[in-house]
Amino acid sequence: MAEHGALMHEAGDDVAVAIQDLAAGSKIKVMTIEGQEVGIFTVVQDIPLGHKFATRDIPEGEEVTKYGRTIGRATQAIPRGAHAHTQNIKSVRWA
Amino acid sequence: MMANDMKLTGYRRENGRVGVRNYVVVIPVDDISNAAAEGVSYLIRDVMALTHPYGRLQFGEDLDLTFDTLIGTGRNPNVAAAIVIGIEPKWTDQIADGIAETGKPVAGFSIERYGDLKTIEMASREAMELVQWASERPREPIELGELMVSAKCGESDTTLGLATNPTVGRVLERMIAEGATAIFGETTEVTGGEDLIAAQAATPEVAQAFMKTFQDYQDFVISTGADLMGSQPTQGNIRGGLTTIEEKAMGNIQKMGRNKLVSVLKPAEAPKEPGLHFMDSSSAAAEMVTLCAAGGSVLHLFTTGQGNIIGNPIIPVMKLCANPLTVETMAEHIDVDLTGILRLEMTLDQAADKVMEVMGHIVNGRLTAAEALRHNEFVLTKLYRSA
Repeated sequence: MAEHGALMHEAGDDVAVAIQDLAAGSKIKVMTIEGQEVGIFTVVQDIPLGHKFATRDIPEGEEVTKYGRTIGRATQAIPRGAHAHTQNIKSVRWA
Repeated sequence: MMANDMKLTGYRRENGRVGVRNYVVVIPVDDISNAAAEGVSYLIRDVMALTHPYGRLQFGEDLDLTFDTLIGTGRNPNVAAAIVIGIEPKWTDQIADGIAETGKPVAGFSIERYGDLKTIEMASREAMELVQWASERPREPIELGELMVSAKCGESDTTLGLATNPTVGRVLERMIAEGATAIFGETTEVTGGEDLIAAQAATPEVAQAFMKTFQDYQDFVISTGADLMGSQPTQGNIRGGLTTIEEKAMGNIQKMGRNKLVSVLKPAEAPKEPGLHFMDSSSAAAEMVTLCAAGGSVLHLFTTGQGNIIGNPIIPVMKLCANPLTVETMAEHIDVDLTGILRLEMTLDQAADKVMEVMGHIVNGRLTAAEALRHNEFVLTKLYRSA
């Protein structure tokens, strides 16, 4: 198992992708895909492999970025470390 | 260049095009000729019947697409020779003639005034000669740049954008630098990344053609009064962690690599020059791979996250996966394990080396997982209901 638990496309993205199942409360080392360390994050919910957690507190209504691009809008506030998925992010394009 | 300088071999066809398989196929023109086509394949070894549910009372663009797909499938360089069976002679000849332009052996049979049994006998006698002839076609040395390949993803998840699709991008960069031709597509599935594709177009005309193709399908969806939410991303995508179409699209388009987009193809249309082409196509895996094969692709690079198991009867479909759960639980479907990228144990260039090496074996005849598992999905794209 890798030392890091999640990856980001761009260091400034609002979300990180779990590369293994992450248990709520665990401290997760996050790297960029280029191998640069972004920091340590505590996930506040279980994050299944492949799912995302917020890397900052995202207020309701704000755009969410990944790949340095908007991938959707927060339909409710998403706290740092929380599961970021269809329950709190919606497409901007197909609204 | 192959990573390990592996020598590639393939079948050079009458028109100079290069295939990596050597099939004799029976192509039914229409649904009611499937039984006769299968009859031939039961009697004669190594003859494959490409059965499908359409070909009657289609009209306009929809009929043209069925014809283009059936003709293109017969023309594919992986096909050594073809038999066409239809209910009546006119459409049968039209398809057989379209295939025969390549110079490969083709024979057409129609069922009316003979019945299934006599048709099967006549077609089987011809198929037997073709199979014996095809069995003597030699594998010859070929260059990587002579290949036409295609790429699409299926049952995607977040591991595609991180690992598998950028790897395909690197592979296509290397192949196209050697003169190869590649097709990608999935018209709805680039929503949110379409500007990036247009920005990689070789000319403003290509960018414009791409944006028109993209917008036409968005307009079509709107005109039906439906929306694609609930279908794109699919339930499998959502289970795998993809949240929105924009996120899925950004993963999808990593397959382009840094290649220039040189043309926009209609469904099943054959590229006219080397380089990367966008084909107007569905994201449904079997439909899209069938269209690419009809356009002349001889090998498909298929990236999956959650584990799409698709194959194709005439082209090897190679599965690339970086999701450790899928690689573990569905190992028999995966040709290349790229999980090392997520663990940061493997760079994208090392991953591309690995894919090129496995691809070399597959070009040279090694069966893909999908081939060994008899995944022969031949699925025509239907544009609208028949008359």
